[in-house]
Amino acid sequence: MKRLRRLEEYLFRFLMGLSLVIVLGSLMLILGTMLWRGLPSLSLAMLTQVPKGGYYLGEEGGILNAIVGSLCLAGGATLLALLLSLPVAIYLHTYAGCSRAAHLVRLAMDVLWGIPSIVYGAFAFTIMLWIGLRASLLGGIIALACLELPIIVRGMDEAFRLIPSALSEASYALGATRFETATRILLRQATAGLLTAVLLAFGRGIGDAASVLFTAGYTDRLPDSLLRPVASLPLAVFFQLGTPFPAVQQRAYAAGLVLTVIVLTLSVVARWLSRRLMHHVVR
Amino acid sequence: MERRLAFRRLTDRLAGCSTTALSAATSLLAVAIGLVLLARAWPILTTRPLGELLLSTTWKPLQNAFGYYPFIMGTLCVTGVAMVIAVPICLLTAVYLAEYAPRRVYAVVKPLIDVSAGIPSVIFGIWGVIMVVPFVQRIASSEIGRSLSRLPFFQIDNPTGYSVLAGGIVLAIMVFPVIISVAEEVIRAVPVGLREASWALGASRWETIKYVVLRHAAPGVLAAVILGFSRAFGETMAVMMVVGNVPQVPRSLFDAAYPLTALIANSYGEMMSIPLYDAALLGAALLLLVVVLLFNLSARLVLMRIARYG
Amino acid sequence: MGDRPHIEVQGLSVWYGGQQALKDVSVAFPAHGITAVIGPSGCGKTTLLRSMNRLLETSGEVRISGRVLLDGTDIYAPKVDVTEIRTRIGLLASKPFPLPMSIYDNVLYGPRIHGLCRRDNADATVERYLRAADLWEEVRDRLQSPAHALSTGQQQRLCLARALAVEPEVLLCDEPTAALDPISAQRIEDLLRGLKRHMTIILVTHILRQARRLADFVVFLWLGELVEAGPAEQVFNNPCNERTRAYLMGDIG
Ligand SMILES: Nc1ncnc2c1ncn2[C@@H]1O[C@H](COP(=O)(O)OP(=O)(O)OP(=O)(O)O)[C@@H](O)[C@H]1O
Ligand SMILES: [Mg+2]
Repeated sequence: MKRLRRLEEYLFRFLMGLSLVIVLGSLMLILGTMLWRGLPSLSLAMLTQVPKGGYYLGEEGGILNAIVGSLCLAGGATLLALLLSLPVAIYLHTYAGCSRAAHLVRLAMDVLWGIPSIVYGAFAFTIMLWIGLRASLLGGIIALACLELPIIVRGMDEAFRLIPSALSEASYALGATRFETATRILLRQATAGLLTAVLLAFGRGIGDAASVLFTAGYTDRLPDSLLRPVASLPLAVFFQLGTPFPAVQQRAYAAGLVLTVIVLTLSVVARWLSRRLMHHVVR
Repeated sequence: MERRLAFRRLTDRLAGCSTTALSAATSLLAVAIGLVLLARAWPILTTRPLGELLLSTTWKPLQNAFGYYPFIMGTLCVTGVAMVIAVPICLLTAVYLAEYAPRRVYAVVKPLIDVSAGIPSVIFGIWGVIMVVPFVQRIASSEIGRSLSRLPFFQIDNPTGYSVLAGGIVLAIMVFPVIISVAEEVIRAVPVGLREASWALGASRWETIKYVVLRHAAPGVLAAVILGFSRAFGETMAVMMVVGNVPQVPRSLFDAAYPLTALIANSYGEMMSIPLYDAALLGAALLLLVVVLLFNLSARLVLMRIARYG
Repeated sequence: MGDRPHIEVQGLSVWYGGQQALKDVSVAFPAHGITAVIGPSGCGKTTLLRSMNRLLETSGEVRISGRVLLDGTDIYAPKVDVTEIRTRIGLLASKPFPLPMSIYDNVLYGPRIHGLCRRDNADATVERYLRAADLWEEVRDRLQSPAHALSTGQQQRLCLARALAVEPEVLLCDEPTAALDPISAQRIEDLLRGLKRHMTIILVTHILRQARRLADFVVFLWLGELVEAGPAEQVFNNPCNERTRAYLMGDIG
């Protein structure tokens, strides 16, 4: 009896160890593969030139178009999403209180959070057709902003929630209005948390391919107008991996590595920031 | 002073109104997405019975035949395989991290897993193409594959490696961080007193986990699994790059499949001239939306319950 | 009563991180009877109690030195099976923690784990221990309902039934009435008084009156040190130590 109990525990501990090894191993394997394939193809030319002779066929040139394009797309989308979500987060914490409306807004954000990015892409593309916009930087920004909006709102919501209510109560007690409390107390206290949310959303936006697939299109050129198509890193990976030319595939690997590095850096910085935020709140 | 106060009141009121309006507008976005998709899919939803749409196996846009069945099955098979792989591994890892991991191990592993939740799906796709597809191909052409081939669901008719199995493996790894981090948090949130109560009765660590901790954490763990499921269900890029995209109902792990998401991504925006084609694709998007939302919201509800009632 | 100590603590020191919570405590707990452990808040009562069923080592960075002898064998010896020690020594915590299952399953949790419960006598076992904890009459009609649906007082008695169901020789009680109303507290006290014939009870309490009512022996701790230990009458009526006297006076005056 006792033997059996021990044996079961050992068995499961072994399985747990095995699972941990599988999880860490596969994640490491992915990063390792990206490095192994990406590093050899990475060069100064790769990072500073646009593809020559077509991104799908031409063997010369680099992925500058995709890097700049992605930064524009994600940057624009994050800015747009931030402009929309900051008021929402403030509304949730100062004006709505625990009302039904706040509940509904949070529910809506949960709904948006779960929508697959391909659906955002299809939705944004439909809207673009209606208003007569073709695949363009602006279209991509709109689609990505929809995708990032719930991420930022949720992040900010949580950052605000960490602020002790006594703090805003103290501000109200001094006669400050809700708007003043929001801008002077909440925003200042939650800066690190807000930044974390923004960084995470940016990382999510820059890595998403499905929503920019039809909305932003693809091009060899650097972005020059809001109304022209624009290249992006995830699509650079996707399109260029599919060619039969090894030299073009190199560009896909390079784009993959650049994308991975950007996203992981953002994620690490965001975590570091939120850790600092925690310290701040506890002390 | 008077005027200043009036001004402050006014700004406050204005800010209140505008934030309220913006909140309402962004919340309505959720409704708008559903309505727009519904409106665009309307032609196909009204001209065909829902049963035929969902259960017919022919997808021939040129002949106006739109059956979602192969694509639904493609999505379900790939997601199913992914969950079969991911759930046990993730739960065991989550239990290890929450209950057994020494502090040093935890301090290294947890951030690593959290950070990798941000890896973009194309990266999983590229990795799938480089490693998983050749791996599946090797199995398919090896002795093991041939002996497996006699089992149901393991026949090998497709030697390329672009298959349900490859898609399942890639998706499974993609949802590892999602499931593990949520499950680990809910397991960790089980009150220490409860564990101690069980230990004090002479239960071993594992017995305490099995009978007390997991039972207490069950709703949250379920929510974690559902979140992972809906993430996998709605995933486009990573799957599309490795499943082969052949519109058929997969009969075996080694068959190619064609998930709904890949259907939309591959066909949308190309053949707008065919009547109803566009409606059919947006109908597929609507279907995806409805399923994912149902799962996601139920998981959220469960997690919210837990947060509220401890 | 008490020819040979049931539990004997020898030179026990405990550190949480860098902070020392118990300083070289040596004390013997006689068999059968209630030993009350008293002392101001933070003096290490809970720590002492948790060191006796080895729950201490489960909480974070703890360093333990010294010995705890149960019937003469050191429970910290390398070969000892922790689960066996914890089976022999029961615990009644200050807050009731009903396990996430039915009332019925709560009582049977320990017996089932130890393989002591046969299917045909399960009902009888449940009834016996619920009666022993004076809970049977209140819950006999809803044995299958979840345990957390009970009131706090009932939950605490359920925890007692659950602890008794593994037939421990020693029962550790950490302020078992702290979360309860006076009536429920009274019932727990009555139960403990009844139980002391069969087992050794070690009771940590803040309520000096409760200690006076129940205790046969008293242990007084102060800032992690053992100040005084002895029969209740002697410690309460005629303490040898100045600090004990001051502490007891604080209660009276
Ligand atoms: N888990 C822990 N980590 C760090 N320090 C602890 C921990 N538990 C207790 N301590 C410290 O050890 C000392 C003794 O604590 P203990 O809980 O034993 O006191 P106590 O006598 O039971 O107090 P009370 O009557 O308030 O319950 C205290 O100074 C406390 O701060
Ligand atoms: Mg205590």
